[in-house]
Amino acid sequence: MAFKQLARKPLNWAERTYLPQIIMGLKITFWNMLKKKVTLEYPDVRPVIPNGYRGIPTLVKDPKGREKCVSCQLCEFVCPPKAIRIQPGEIPEDSENAHVEKAPKEFDIDMLRCIYCGFCQEVCPEEAIFLQKVFSLSGYSREEMVFPKAKLYELGGTYPDQHYKWEKKRSAAEENQANGHG
Amino acid sequence: MKEPENNFISVFIDEEEILVPSGINMVEATRLAGKEMPHYCYHQKLSVTGNCRMCLMEYGMPLTDRATGEPILDRRGMQKIGWLPRPAIACATKALPGIHIRTDSELVRECRNGVMEFLLINHPLDCPICDQAGECSLQEYASDYGRGYSRFVENKNVKPKRTRLGPRVMLDDERCILCSRCIRFCKEIAKDDVLGFIDRGSYSTLTCFPGRSLENNYSLNTVDICPVGALTSIDFRFKMRVWFLKETASICTESSVGVNTLAGCREGKIYRITPRRNDEVNDTWMPDSGRILHNPVDSDDRLVHYTIDGKHTLVEEAAKKAADILSKGAVAVVGSGRASVEEQYLLRKIASAVNAVSVSLVSRTGEGDGLLISADRNPNVRGALLTGLIEQLPHANLTNLATDVETGKVKTILSLGEDLTQCGLGRDLLEKSNLIYFGTHCNETGEVAHVLFPTLTVFEKSGSFLNQQFRLQTFHTAVPGPAGIRPDIDSLGKLLHCLDPETIPPSNTVDIWASMSSGIPQFAGVSVENIPKTGLLIDGSQWAQLPFIEGKSLHYDPATQQSEAMNISK
Ligand code: SF4
Ligand code: SF4
Ligand code: SF4
Ligand code: SF4
Ligand code: FES
Repeated sequence: MAFKQLARKPLNWAERTYLPQIIMGLKITFWNMLKKKVTLEYPDVRPVIPNGYRGIPTLVKDPKGREKCVSCQLCEFVCPPKAIRIQPGEIPEDSENAHVEKAPKEFDIDMLRCIYCGFCQEVCPEEAIFLQKVFSLSGYSREEMVFPKAKLYELGGTYPDQHYKWEKKRSAAEENQANGHG
Repeated sequence: MKEPENNFISVFIDEEEILVPSGINMVEATRLAGKEMPHYCYHQKLSVTGNCRMCLMEYGMPLTDRATGEPILDRRGMQKIGWLPRPAIACATKALPGIHIRTDSELVRECRNGVMEFLLINHPLDCPICDQAGECSLQEYASDYGRGYSRFVENKNVKPKRTRLGPRVMLDDERCILCSRCIRFCKEIAKDDVLGFIDRGSYSTLTCFPGRSLENNYSLNTVDICPVGALTSIDFRFKMRVWFLKETASICTESSVGVNTLAGCREGKIYRITPRRNDEVNDTWMPDSGRILHNPVDSDDRLVHYTIDGKHTLVEEAAKKAADILSKGAVAVVGSGRASVEEQYLLRKIASAVNAVSVSLVSRTGEGDGLLISADRNPNVRGALLTGLIEQLPHANLTNLATDVETGKVKTILSLGEDLTQCGLGRDLLEKSNLIYFGTHCNETGEVAHVLFPTLTVFEKSGSFLNQQFRLQTFHTAVPGPAGIRPDIDSLGKLLHCLDPETIPPSNTVDIWASMSSGIPQFAGVSVENIPKTGLLIDGSQWAQLPFIEGKSLHYDPATQQSEAMNISK
């Protein structure tokens, strides 16, 4: 390969004092000091998480406080790392939600196993499990990182129900009864 | 009777000619052709009612000239087919020689779409809470023929959702598609006609006759045959989704009928027992009482340690100790009609190695129900006869053994799975003798045993039983046994090896069968691999004279069994 050798130019007087370079550097520093901050004081300041972010999966209740999960175990089936463990149970016949019949007795998610894939949210036919924006979890033991049902509801809170499927079912039953059928 | 090939006729399914046995219907013929004819109400073992209309198909017969009887040919010189202008139901159409059917034409598909739409009009959207989900015909055909959304905007019908039909069966009327399989089962098989429909049209509702309930011992078969989730088992309800269950072929130990079953398990726990079809034994049915026999598997009083005089030990040590005791002589062996053929064979070898004073079995009897529970409640008494463990039928009490122990003729008892305190040997007698006990659960016999071998239940091991027809049927390991417990044949093999170091302890059933098929003439040529799924009939004519206590039951008649045996022996 052909190349040409250049002689290094000698520094002039001003350059030899190094002052222009220092001033240039300080200019950048001061310019950035005046600009808007782009970093965050994590963990004191938390980033804004965009919608659709896949953080920890949690269970949610509907606005009337009914637990939406009916323990159909589809999420348990679909979960790739088998992070979900469900023990299905029956809603007693004297309960207000007796017509839903089924609810989880136990519902555990092993957060150490979860890979935040979102399949559980995707598969749920009852819109009962949602991935939240929480992305950092820590604990002192493995057991502590298996979140039981109560904790999952605590983290999940309420989710606006678009359909009120079970309410509709109940009112249809009442209406039919009033009409003499059923 | 005609030759078997004469019993076959040729039918054309989607232009493909196949030979089918005459007399079957077109649903079965389609199945034989390797295709599927969707159906709900038709069931192989029940009468045909043709009320669901899911099996609609097109059919036609080859045309012949009425006057001359000559076949009418088309331009290509082939016989013309006279297609019926409207669809017909396959379940009520017998296979006729030369019949042509279309299972996948546009008309047929439209019919199925229409039937599905009607069925789904009032069907609740219950799949997430419905136990049938995953094995529901309606779900399956809805995904094949459903339209995906409903054109029905009115309120769906409301019907009772949680009706207890009996102690074991729950009914959800909204999910019922009125196929009447359950009604026909009760009437035709269980002979306990308690179910029926009331009201008309879309208000039709399945219910029990007033004052009656579905409580016969076969009630859970209605749950199995219900194509949807209308009938569910109260015991299994909401326990586990069926798609998690791994099903292992097993044999019911309730009686000598040897009902073929499937044990549905997940992660080492058995959730349900369902019948496995065997047209020679139990068709597609099983009694309710056999479905709960898995409960003791999980109980807390399982024996889980090999022990010598109360101290935990290893199986090898236990076998050595037991061999020491046994080689002193004066041994009585008590076998079991619940042990597998393989175990009984090893036990017989042990009995001859120690020159046993006596070998006995304990009989268990009950009333036979004429269907799938026989009077002999031991599943494998005939295995003990075949393996030569016993020659006569067993008695319920071991009175002879008790006298032998009292007189000192017997000093050591080896019991394979029998709680001796339940069959006439008091605790004091047992304490007088040296006792070696193989058992699954804690009991009084286990408490006084010098050497104790924990064993596995039928669901935790593999083996075979000989049922009342002398039919050899295999069962397989469904769940692992308690940690550290070797299969029974292993412990018996080790014990045999300690008694007679010449014998190499068999490590699996294949080895034992190799030995049995050469040593027992009736088992000649049999190996575990070549026992068919429906079982293998063994020649039992040598024992035909024994007064077996079984009465008539489904696919078993003691009288014909005996006369057949006579013929063979002649
Ligand atoms: S997000 Fe994925 S890995 Fe986590 S629980 Fe749901 S399905 Fe399982
Ligand atoms: S898929 Fe939804 S309804 Fe089903 S068990 Fe999971 S969270 Fe509950
Ligand atoms: S019967 Fe079948 S289609 Fe109907 S709710 Fe149950 S699983 Fe779903
Ligand atoms: S309950 Fe099941 S088996 Fe009985 S008629 Fe209804 S759908 Fe058919
Ligand atoms: S299966 Fe033929 S009509 Fe129901």
